[in-house]
Amino acid sequence: MSADAPRAASLVDLYAIAYQIEADAVERYTMLADQMEMHNNPALVDVFRDLARAEGIHRDQICRMAGDFDVAAHAHKVARWRIGESPESADLGAAQYLMTPHDALQMALAAEQRALEFFRELLGNAVDADVRHLAAELVEEETGHVALCHRLLLRYPPPAGGRPAGDPDPPASQA
Amino acid sequence: MSATLAPACRPADYRSAVKPIWCPGCGDYHVLMAFTRAFAELGVRPEQVAVVSGIGCSSRIPAYMNCYGFHGVHGRSLAVAAGLKIVRPDLTVVVASGDGDGYSIGGNHFLHACRRNVDLTYVVMDNHIYGMTKGQPSPTTEPDFDTALAPGGTGVRPFHPLVIALASGANFVARAFSGNPAETAGILVEAVRHPGFSFVEVLSPCVTYRPDQRAWKDRVHRAPVDATDDAARAARRVMTDDGFNLGVLYRGNRPPYAPPAGKAITDLAELEREFEL
Ligand SMILES: Cc1ncc(C[n+]2csc(CCOP(=O)(O)OP(=O)(O)O)c2C)c(N)n1
Ligand code: SF4
Ligand SMILES: [Mg+2]
Repeated sequence: MSADAPRAASLVDLYAIAYQIEADAVERYTMLADQMEMHNNPALVDVFRDLARAEGIHRDQICRMAGDFDVAAHAHKVARWRIGESPESADLGAAQYLMTPHDALQMALAAEQRALEFFRELLGNAVDADVRHLAAELVEEETGHVALCHRLLLRYPPPAGGRPAGDPDPPASQA
Repeated sequence: MSATLAPACRPADYRSAVKPIWCPGCGDYHVLMAFTRAFAELGVRPEQVAVVSGIGCSSRIPAYMNCYGFHGVHGRSLAVAAGLKIVRPDLTVVVASGDGDGYSIGGNHFLHACRRNVDLTYVVMDNHIYGMTKGQPSPTTEPDFDTALAPGGTGVRPFHPLVIALASGANFVARAFSGNPAETAGILVEAVRHPGFSFVEVLSPCVTYRPDQRAWKDRVHRAPVDATDDAARAARRVMTDDGFNLGVLYRGNRPPYAPPAGKAITDLAELEREFEL
């Protein structure tokens, strides 16, 4: 867990943190889907939209679990990373216009693993019984997501013959 | 611009519906995120913000934002922004530029904007290249960066924007890295709040013409010392650092530019008479 990661002092804090993690993941996958749309990589648009939808379901589920409590507003106050990013945020800097569904799923797997690690550590440090209970549920959920990524990676293997060594459509550089 | 928004704006409220056309992996996506987060944190509503830019990939930012925007002439964004801030001091004015836009064609404006110290924030997305026009060297390109346009490199020593800003009178100087949008947003918040001309250099990789810059994420580090209010000391520090020190480096205390007191001429005919020879 990064030094600036928020701490869950209560159950509502944990709801807010979990909500923000999923909301950030939705934002990143949506941005990546939009990028791939603009760069005419339709296979990747589908993968990133599906990932955004899946994270959105999880985000909404957390809201429902929190009942009447305004998780989004509380997240604005307590679920802040001031230096790093929340753990499930895909790395936009690693995107490439020729990336394959396999690359995208590797990116998603890394994000799910960071989230799993985050909740595991949170569970390990939690003292409040309710926080522990929810953290354990979140660990279970993220474990499922990691397993799902592994299964999807089998369905979307790397391109036969590996990635082309060079860019087959190199930037029309004047350089 | 949206007519009705919730009282407290969220970062997404500052995004327009236009989808960016930057290359996937470009650092400018993160800078856009940092802008929206900073405005949400500052609590300024979209109609209280103006983002002014010049020309370049980096200068496309106003199109992607829901606030007042001006996509201006190459290198002239600071002149437009200074005029806007002087006549509309109520607006939060942020200028977005690139190393070509801001240091080549706009280099002279940069010097005088620092000197004038109008209360605005200048963000230069530095990728040490002209991205939009396909990879020509800029004033911050390394001398040995080899391209067909500059075989063997330009051989010319790069410009040192932070030192120039300090020597010219900028009142706040910071360096950020696009790959850390949360930290960049925090620096932007401070830059906007600091009175006078705030200069923020954001190292923002061009993954297409400078794929080597993908490695910047492993090179950046926090500045080992706190910001100073001594411009000479700050200049010495940035001249001897490795170019990857991040954080607020200088907070000055010069009063921002204030237009001379007296009656402002708002009538065009009267203004024309003033200039009659
Ligand atoms: C008056 C004028 N001269 C030249 C150009 C061509 N031009 C467009 S963008 C650009 C350089 C932009 O470089 P930079 O500011 O570093 O932006 P980047 O694309 O790297 O973000 C140039 C020279 C122009 N548009 N207008
Ligand atoms: S050419 Fe470079 S600066 Fe321009 S959008 Fe692509 S990666 Fe970004
Ligand atoms: Mg540039």
